[in-house]
This record gives sequence, C-alpha cells and structure tokens, in this order.
Amino acid sequence: MSKYTEDDLREELKTKEYEYGFYTDIESDTFPIGLNEDIVRAISKKKEEPEWMTEWRLEAFKVWKSMEEPNWANVNYKKPDFQSIAYYSAPKTIDPNKTLDDVDPDLLAMYKKLGISVDEQKKMNNVAMDIVVDSVSVATTFKKTLGEKGIIFMPISEAIQEHPELVKKYIGTIVPTKDNFYAALNSAVFSDGSFCYIPKGVKCPMELSTYFRINQGGTGQFERTLVIADEGSYVSYLEGCTAPSRDENQLHAAVVELIALDDAEIKYSTVQNWYPGNDKGVGGVYNFVTKRGLCEKNAKISWTQVETGSAVTWKYPSCVLKGDNSVGEFYSIAVTNNYQQADTGTKMIHLGKNTKSTIISKGISAGKSQNSYRGLVQVSSRADNARNFSQCDSLLMGNECGAHTFPYIEAKNKSAMIEHEATTSKIGEDQIFYCNQRGIDTEKAIALIVNGFSKEVLNKLPMEFAVEAQKLLEISLEGSVG
Amino acid sequence: MLQIKNLHASVENKSILKGINLEVKAGEVHAIMGPNGSGKSTLASVIAGKEEYEVEKGQILLNGEDLEDLAAEERAHKGIFLSFQYPVEIPGVSVTNFIKTAINETRKAKGLEDMPAKDMLKMIREKAEMLEIDRKFLSRSLNEGFSGGEKKRNEIFQMAMLEPKLAILDETDSGLDIDALRIVANGVNKLKSKDNAVVVITHYQRLLDYIVPDFVHVLYNGRIVKSGGKELAHELEEKGYDWVKEEVNA
Repeated sequence: MSKYTEDDLREELKTKEYEYGFYTDIESDTFPIGLNEDIVRAISKKKEEPEWMTEWRLEAFKVWKSMEEPNWANVNYKKPDFQSIAYYSAPKTIDPNKTLDDVDPDLLAMYKKLGISVDEQKKMNNVAMDIVVDSVSVATTFKKTLGEKGIIFMPISEAIQEHPELVKKYIGTIVPTKDNFYAALNSAVFSDGSFCYIPKGVKCPMELSTYFRINQGGTGQFERTLVIADEGSYVSYLEGCTAPSRDENQLHAAVVELIALDDAEIKYSTVQNWYPGNDKGVGGVYNFVTKRGLCEKNAKISWTQVETGSAVTWKYPSCVLKGDNSVGEFYSIAVTNNYQQADTGTKMIHLGKNTKSTIISKGISAGKSQNSYRGLVQVSSRADNARNFSQCDSLLMGNECGAHTFPYIEAKNKSAMIEHEATTSKIGEDQIFYCNQRGIDTEKAIALIVNGFSKEVLNKLPMEFAVEAQKLLEISLEGSVG
Repeated sequence: MLQIKNLHASVENKSILKGINLEVKAGEVHAIMGPNGSGKSTLASVIAGKEEYEVEKGQILLNGEDLEDLAAEERAHKGIFLSFQYPVEIPGVSVTNFIKTAINETRKAKGLEDMPAKDMLKMIREKAEMLEIDRKFLSRSLNEGFSGGEKKRNEIFQMAMLEPKLAILDETDSGLDIDALRIVANGVNKLKSKDNAVVVITHYQRLLDYIVPDFVHVLYNGRIVKSGGKELAHELEEKGYDWVKEEVNA
C-alpha cells in the first residue's frame, strides 16, 4: 500500500472502463433501420395496438416530419441521422404469460451485473420494479400488493390494451405530440415505458421503480411514461438507468407525463447514468428528454434528478401549476466530466393563485465538459401571490470545463415574488490537502466535497436511491483529478 | 520518532527552509517559535507532504523511514497529524462524516475493516466530552461558519480521534480566547503519552504555559538558530526576537 502513489492511482483510473460497460448477447427482434409511415404502423401492429393508438402515432409522425431539430441549447454534437436508426428492438424470448421464474437466464445475469437481481427484488418489500430492457418490459413484480389498493402499475403497452380509457384520456395532454421535435418523434415510435395510476385517496405503500437500459447496439430507445395520481393520492416513483458501453452514439428520447389531480402528490426521482462516452469524447448516449407534470388544485409535483451519464443531455423536467395553491419542486444534480455536455433545468409555469415553486440546481463540471442550467419561471397574469425560489450552484474542477446559468423569468403579475441565487465555486487545493492530511486520498476527497456540495438534493432522494446516487457521483468523477 | 536532516525546501522557486536539523523523540514536546515569515508554517506543511513545496535537499525520517516518496495521505496513515492554522471549510460535510471518513480511510490503508459504528460513536462521545464539544457541533458542516475557537477545537478533536504518533500544532493558539485555549491545551495534554510526540508551532509563549515543552527551538530565516529548554520561551516573551536576530546577524 505504501508504494501505491498518486500517479499509480491516476494511471489505474485512466484505464478504468465504464462500470456498466458490458454487452449481453440476447437474440433480438429488430426492425429494419429507418423511419417512415410503414415502420410506425409496424410498431403499432407489433404491439397489437387499437386503431386510435395507431392513428395517434401516425399523426405525431406527420407533425415530426414538419419539424426541425432544435439547436438553441448550449450543446454541440453531430445531429443523429434518423434514417439510420432501428426503431424497435425487443428481446425475442418474451412471453406475456411468464412469471419471474421464466425470465431468460441471460437477462437475469444482466440484472445481476447491474446489481438488481430479480430474486432480491422479491424480498425487498418497498420497491416494486418494472424493468425495461430494450424497449419491452420483461418482469413486473408486486402487482398483487398494488392491485389490492387499486393501483395500476404496468408497461404502457399493456395499459393501452387493458386500460385504454385512462391512456386515451391522458396521453399527450401534458406533452402534446407537437410540443417539440423529440416529443413528436417519441409519440410516433415509442416502444414501451411505464404506466401508473393511483386511485382517489390512495397513498401508494411502496416506491415504484423502473429500470431502463439500452442493450442492442444502434437501437434508439423511446420510452413513454404516464403517471396519474387521482385526487388526494400520493406516489413516489423512481427511475434509474444504466447503459452498456457502445461506440456509436445512441439516441434516447423519452417522454414523461405526470398528472397530479386535486390534492394529489407525485414525487418523481431519476438517477441517469447512460454511457457518457469515453475520455476522448467518443460514443455516449444522446439524452433528449421531455418531462412535464400538471398540478391541479393543491397538488404537488416534485422532480429530483441525478444526472451523471450521457454524452449530451437536453432535459427540463417541468411543472405546470394550473390549480390554485399547487406546488412544484425541482431538485437537480448534474455532473459532467471529460467531453460530456449537459443543458438541463426546469420550467415552472405558474397559472393558479398562491402557487409555489422551488428550484435547487447543483452543477458539477470536470474535465473538458460543459454544464448549463437553463430554467424558466413564468407567472401568468392570473397567478396572484405566486412564489418562486431558485438556487443554482456550480462547482468546477480544473480549468478546462465550463458552467453556465441561463435563468429566464417572465412575470405578468405584480404580486409575484421571485428569488434567484447563484454561486460558483471551485474545489481548492487547500481543501484537497486538508483531506489528504487526514488520510483521505484525493479521489475520495473529491467525492466527499462533491457529496457535500450536492447534499441538499441527495437528501430529497429516497434512501436506497441516495446511496446509489452517491456512488454514481464518485464513479462519474473518477479520473477527473490532475 | 521524527528526524529532520539538513532540510532545504522551496515554494514557487523561493527558498524558505535553508538547512533544518531537528530530532523529536517519542514522549517529547517540542516548541518551534520564531518571528513571522521565518518558515514555521512551511516546515509544518513540508513534514505533512504538501505538494506545492519542493524538498531540495535533506531528509525527513519518521521512525527511520524516509518520507520523501510518500503522499500526504500516506504520511497521515503513518501517524502524522497537522493541526492547521487556517482549517478549510467543506460545505455539506458534517464534522462526524468527515472524521468517520478519515478514520476509515486510514484503517483501509492498513488493511483493516471500517470501524464498527458502535465503536465510532463511543469514541466520538468520549473525545467530544473531553474537549467540551457540544453534540450539535458535530452535525454542522466542517468549519463552515465556525468561530476561530471552534475551528481550533475541531482540529484537536480530530487529533483526538485519529490518535497520531506525531502531532504538529500550527499556531493552534491564534484566535482562541483564554477559556478555549485552556480546553484545547488540556485536550492536547491528555492525548500526550510516552509513545507519541507533539510539535507546537507558535508565535507567542502563551500556549506554552499550558502545553509545557521539553525543548524550544527558534526558527529564523529558514534555520533553527537557537535551541533550549522551556525557559527559552520565557526569555523570548520578555525580550522579543530582536536579540536572537542580532545574535545571528552578528
């Protein structure tokens, strides 16, 4: 140990592969590459969707064709060639009637590598997992416990079959097909995702959780998530993802819609760890996500995100505070290292009276990365006594990275009260030496300082997620010293 | 314990230490005094292994082992502790979390398991009591918004937790009122044993009324120009440093 110098450590970290960079060889059923009406129809047919759904997708496709990829974000990347992507890929061995015991052993092995063995999940009473591997959900647990409460938690493809009235009523109401380029694309080709409905007055007794990952090389992943919390209900939803290491850029364009009816509360937590590319900036996932929630009267939506992965991130989980006294919250940690680029933030749209929003954003940049916070606080003329508090803190490591803050405020009501605080700091050599002197090596010291910096947000995560998130922060910043 | 032989060190090409010789044996307390800018804090930093300082010549040995190739954290693992003159703030990291990490990293380096939470808690309680540290204090972010006295007390608390072989106290008395000074000094005295050693760096004699040194050295212009017993400190207090400077320059 005594011969293990700082240089050895640095060297070892340099060669450290992406933790989840493995590839499982599962036979896949992949559509031909490219996108046209036939492909959209084929996806819909494959899913045995009703006519209205097929039409909805086709409509979205038509809209998408007329749109252009946005380029206002503070990110630079080679635009994906949408005609060179395969839009559907499902593990071939799927059988809708099978139980967990019937799950493909290769898949089970893969979960194990990801640290989420299905066996373990059965024992964990507090987390029900709906795992999405390459677009199709393959295992759903705890359905029974949830069923007794009338809670619906299933792949959205199943919900389209089993609860068409709910899906039809809400899908696309929060994020319309024509909302933006990626939302339109997702609407046309979404493969699967989660659907969740909490009935009136029900407090969901466990955290609902979904694991997304990309497995098939060159496959785009387009999840669609719809969470509906009926009047007076409560749900905490966790979403985490990891992706294996691939050289070509992978496109990820998800849409998440949350609906919190009167007096309902939704807590939505994300840990995002898609492959960020290597230390030369080659490869990595393009993560272009549209997430938005609607709050009716006295409702509350809380977004918490830990973004450590992806080569390019473009993501603004937002709240439309339509009902009086509704509350929106956004807690975010975004880490960028090497050549990663993140442009993330939120939109808080105050429509109702006495609406409140809180934004806490922690950006950590290392290497040659660029990390931007972009946020909009909008107060409509009817929104009397709207309140917002925003805090954007940036932590820089080294001299080659960038941190940017783009706060937009539009207030049309004189009673609005909007506060914005921002800080930028740098991890200092003195801090590192202080830790070193106490026996804490430089990597660990940085992890400690970063975790301290992010604490306000980490504290908002459910316990089991917070631990995972802390580890992720450490992994993401490994090798960033020097 | 500690042997320093003809140590020359510089920072940013500016030569600061110009041939230090010092031997500290287990069970001893040494005081290093000297006017501002004489190199006292530099000596502390060089022993602790701060990267910015370059050792140009000479050796630092801890129990016979040359420290030259060891990083700061490895020196800490071997039992060197530096109580900082200006302890840094680490927002969001509690005193407890910090000391827990420090102890477990040191144990890890020695191939030991993490200290069981129960033992850690017991130890924290004991040491906090010894230094009259309030429980609430332990949950605060490290040094953030601490008064001068709180910062120094926190340094000695960490020393108590880490149980170093060689503790270097760099201007621990600065920023302390008389009560805090007594508490800190009492803490150091309780931690003293025949197996460890303490080097007290101070500008004033005041602290040495409480932590009584076996040896006093005067550092001036990068060299130890005078050594003696505790009475030397009193002499310096009375007469200032000018007579030492004159002696050297003569």
